Amino acid sequence: MIDMSPSVTLVLVVVALVAVGVYLLLERSLSRVLLGVIFLGNGINLLFLVAGGAAGGAPIIGQTEESEMSDPLPQAMVLTAIVITLGMTAFLLAMAYRSWQLNQHDEVQDDLEDRRTARRAAADQAAFEDADADVLSTLAEDAAEVRDETGDAEPAEPAAPAAPAAPASPADQGGRR
Amino acid sequence: MLLLLLVVHLLVALGAPVLVSWLGRRAFLVLALAPASAAVWALTKTGEVMAGDGPVQVVEWVPHLGMALAFRLDTLSWLMVLLVGGVGALVLVYSSAYFSTRAGGLGRFGGVLVAFAGAMLGLVTTDDMLLLYVFWELTTVFSYLLIGHYADRKASRRAAMQAIIVTTAGGLAMLVGIVLLGTAAGTYRISAVVAAPPAGSTVPVAVVLLLVGAVSKSALVPLHYWLPSAMAAPTPVSAYLHAAAMVKAGVYLVARFAPGYAEMGVWRAVLLPLGCWTLVHGGYRALRQHDLKLVLAFGTVSQLGLLVLLVGLSSQAAALAGLAMLGAHAMFKAALFLTVGVVDAATGTRDLRRLTGVGRALPVTAVVGGLATASMIGLPPFAGYVAKEAALEALLHDAGTPVGLAVLVAMVLGSALTVAYGLRFWWGAFADKTVTAEPADAPVTITRPSLVLVGPAAVLAVLGLAAALLPHLGEDLLSPHASTYPGDPGHLVLWAGLTPALGLTLLVLATGALLFAARGWVERTQARASFPLDADTLYRRTMRRLDDVAADVTAITQRGSLPLYLGTILMVLVALVGGALLSGPGLGVGEVRAWDTPVQAVAGVLCVASAVLAARARRRLKAVILAGISGYAVSALFLLHGAPDLALTQVLVETITLVVFVLVLRRLPAYFSVRPLAASRWVRLAVALAVGLTVGALALIVPGARVHVPVSVDFPEEAYVFGGGKNIVNVTLVDIRAWDTMGEISVLLVAATGVASLIFLVRRSGDPLRASDADRRGVVWGQAADPMAVLRRRAVAAAGHADGAAPGGAGRQREWLRGGHTLAPQRRSVIFEIATRLLFHSVIVFAVFLLFSGHNAPGGGFAAGLVVGIALIVRYLAGGRYELGEAAPVHPGILLGSGLFLSAGVGLVAILAGGSVLQSVIIEFALPVLGDIKLVTSLFFDVGVFLVVIGLVLDILRSLGAEIDRHGEEGALDDPEGELIVEPPAPGSREARIAAGEIPTEIEGTVAR
Repeated sequence: MIDMSPSVTLVLVVVALVAVGVYLLLERSLSRVLLGVIFLGNGINLLFLVAGGAAGGAPIIGQTEESEMSDPLPQAMVLTAIVITLGMTAFLLAMAYRSWQLNQHDEVQDDLEDRRTARRAAADQAAFEDADADVLSTLAEDAAEVRDETGDAEPAEPAAPAAPAAPASPADQGGRR
Repeated sequence: MLLLLLVVHLLVALGAPVLVSWLGRRAFLVLALAPASAAVWALTKTGEVMAGDGPVQVVEWVPHLGMALAFRLDTLSWLMVLLVGGVGALVLVYSSAYFSTRAGGLGRFGGVLVAFAGAMLGLVTTDDMLLLYVFWELTTVFSYLLIGHYADRKASRRAAMQAIIVTTAGGLAMLVGIVLLGTAAGTYRISAVVAAPPAGSTVPVAVVLLLVGAVSKSALVPLHYWLPSAMAAPTPVSAYLHAAAMVKAGVYLVARFAPGYAEMGVWRAVLLPLGCWTLVHGGYRALRQHDLKLVLAFGTVSQLGLLVLLVGLSSQAAALAGLAMLGAHAMFKAALFLTVGVVDAATGTRDLRRLTGVGRALPVTAVVGGLATASMIGLPPFAGYVAKEAALEALLHDAGTPVGLAVLVAMVLGSALTVAYGLRFWWGAFADKTVTAEPADAPVTITRPSLVLVGPAAVLAVLGLAAALLPHLGEDLLSPHASTYPGDPGHLVLWAGLTPALGLTLLVLATGALLFAARGWVERTQARASFPLDADTLYRRTMRRLDDVAADVTAITQRGSLPLYLGTILMVLVALVGGALLSGPGLGVGEVRAWDTPVQAVAGVLCVASAVLAARARRRLKAVILAGISGYAVSALFLLHGAPDLALTQVLVETITLVVFVLVLRRLPAYFSVRPLAASRWVRLAVALAVGLTVGALALIVPGARVHVPVSVDFPEEAYVFGGGKNIVNVTLVDIRAWDTMGEISVLLVAATGVASLIFLVRRSGDPLRASDADRRGVVWGQAADPMAVLRRRAVAAAGHADGAAPGGAGRQREWLRGGHTLAPQRRSVIFEIATRLLFHSVIVFAVFLLFSGHNAPGGGFAAGLVVGIALIVRYLAGGRYELGEAAPVHPGILLGSGLFLSAGVGLVAILAGGSVLQSVIIEFALPVLGDIKLVTSLFFDVGVFLVVIGLVLDILRSLGAEIDRHGEEGALDDPEGELIVEPPAPGSREARIAAGEIPTEIEGTVAR
């Protein structure tokens, strides 16, 4: 088994990269946030190596003795992480560009809807209007206005106009909206 | 067989919309076959069920949960199947005439109704509690859809929402009860749980929760209010769901579990008061309603209370009466609802204050309604009478105890109210009376309904008579289930002699008739005594309060600030991980080394220094370049650690990142925006240090905390023997952990798509740009000032003198890059173009080499794809966006899609070859020239990765490079003050002739002024 003791140099680099990454991540400028993500990613990738044990030879059979190899598993994980960071970088850059296109800056603004909700809650106002829940009508009133789309029966008394029973009349179909 | 019936229901439900669109409303006659088949099937099994060996079917489903598709047909299920199937079929037949041919949404309505019948069928026949819950909630969902059938009406939407909230809440409580009960009993089989009730402290809780489900579903007080609101549903739905079937689910549950649990204190404490209260409350409220459906709805609430009371009492005689009542109620109440539908369709109103003379105009309907009403109020010789007599007899038997007496009094009172609202209903619907409604309402006119509309109600009403007239029929059929209750057996007879029960019946009838006669006084008294707070108002206030609380919680937790969210997440990381590191037993910093090699320290210092400088930089470009240096230093650390694959990938990615950054930074301001919130910088710094130190502590402690041998110790052997490769990291990616890689390349695909969708605002699916698409020459990147133009012109003139002819004669290819001429002249560089021309193909060959050798040496699909990406970047930088299209004349979506398809396809091939997903197959063969070839199928997986990575880079270049270029040029054209210097070529000018291809290409191309 490989020597597991961590290298202090690597740990210090991890600490520095993570701290710088977090510092930039908490900024409002999207391009600085992005730099933060990159630093943070590098730091965590190095953390993977530290967790895998001491340095060794390349994990390639025939090139390094099996006992001398560095741990290949964290390397495989880090490799995909590096490439995904590239995808993420591109995505955030596209967002920064789009933000610049729309607002002429790339700052992350506070969510307006959230601020509005907070203001309303602070003022103890209703959070929203719900036409379906806020009712004043009674059960009987509701029932009186609801009718099914029935019909197609002939009048019992031919002379009588069939207006109230006509299925197509708006009062029958629309009901209460 | 039962499973087959359920499948039939499902198929018919799915086919219903198609059927309705073909046949119109007549399709309901076809749909009726599904529930009818269930009823007929139950009838054919009557003999076996009575003998106690009804059909049983068990199919294992989720054995780990003890969940099985278990069904059985015993007496109780048989009765319920008959009701569900029979009434369901009749209601569907009724619907075929009830709805207008022009009515909307009939296809959905029919499908959902049949689906509901199927769910109900499963509910009453399953022998598995978990399955029971599944069917239970299915009926809730279908009932929601049916109540909300007229989704454009506010009342319908609200009623549907109320019903689903109340019944789902009850259902969830029931699920908890089921799990508690199943855990206590060690089985979820209902028959076993009822036969041998488990003991334990959780059992009473489980029983109460189970009953909460029954109470909500069967609309018992205080959760009854959803049922009257649900009358917003079309009348056939009210007849089926809210009279015969769904509301009986709660009664069914009580009847199912009562034989094992009815003696329990909590059972009686919940059911008896609620049952009595509901029985009286429903009857009382029914006396005040003017809408016929509401009269029946409150009547149903009342009857449900009675039913739950009867089957929930631990008495054999009462249970027999309850089962008889269950059947009788389904028949008469469904018939009454269907009758209301007829009256409603014929007159256009259900308001009993406006209806008059309906009995004379529709005599058949009036008679049918009369028969059903007679059964409801318990007149002999109807089923309702027989059941009520048996119930009174059974309750009288237990009237010695105070509880028994209270139940009896409630029963007598409730029955008297039933008589009163029953009479009020028939009188209101059919009798001649003085119309008392406001003059604004027009007098009703009556149309004649079709016979199909009256038929189903008539069948049910006559059945209610026949069931009572055939001696011993009900008792023989129902007593097998009743006999599972303790106590003396009861009897269902029309004439039992002059018993005290008969006296009570007479008392009930007389009181009811009196209440009906004094209906005006009753209504006025009720109006005066109205309660300030009814359950419905309480429900609405609760929901409103819930919304407010949710808004408050949202306001507190969702502040809308990204730094705040991220800071919170990070502080949680510090608290949890840091706390665990500090408090974890046996954790501590073990042996450490200063460095692996001294060079590591050099690279580390470089990395940290450039990172810190980057954080302090005010210029964007400076920050980006410093970040790049830090990234290269990280790759050096990778290399020193013995990870050449990582180092290679990191260098490539860092390069691409730098270029991409610069591409976007062209358009962003040179400096980061001014940050006025300087105070918060110290907070950010503190958080950053806390997180950094936590991660550092993690890095120091975690390696020493390992207790197991790493899984990767076997990787070398596995990689070589099974994966057929020597580069363990690569084999890990494409074979050992191929699933992970597949997920990760999917992420890349999503990211690429996201980038493109953010930048390509209109569409991104256009063909790649080709040099021939450029409508003008020398425009790309031409916005900047061009101080060298004059010099260049002179040079061209001199060259022209020297040669004495136009440069670029026939056969001389002076164009190094096909897209070069599209570039603004001041942007072109001969050296760069030539270098690109020479290097591009070599780089591609190198990438292919990396791809194929990656299995045994550093390289692989990721690295190879990135190298191709860099080659594309070089072409783009040398020749602009048209050159990029020439270099990669494919759409990136095709690369991404085919790459993912290839990787996934390799996995499927392994399945076809008999292995597990993504297993590698090694094929070795010899070719004449190339020698022995060893082909590992995971190579194709790596090719897929390769294509996805190329697609990603190409998408990035197309979006962040080419498309942003185009935005810039458009912006400059739109802007009158812009620096754009290119003018449209005048006809016949040099520019126009170049564009037309008359003058051969020259390096400087168009002259810009």
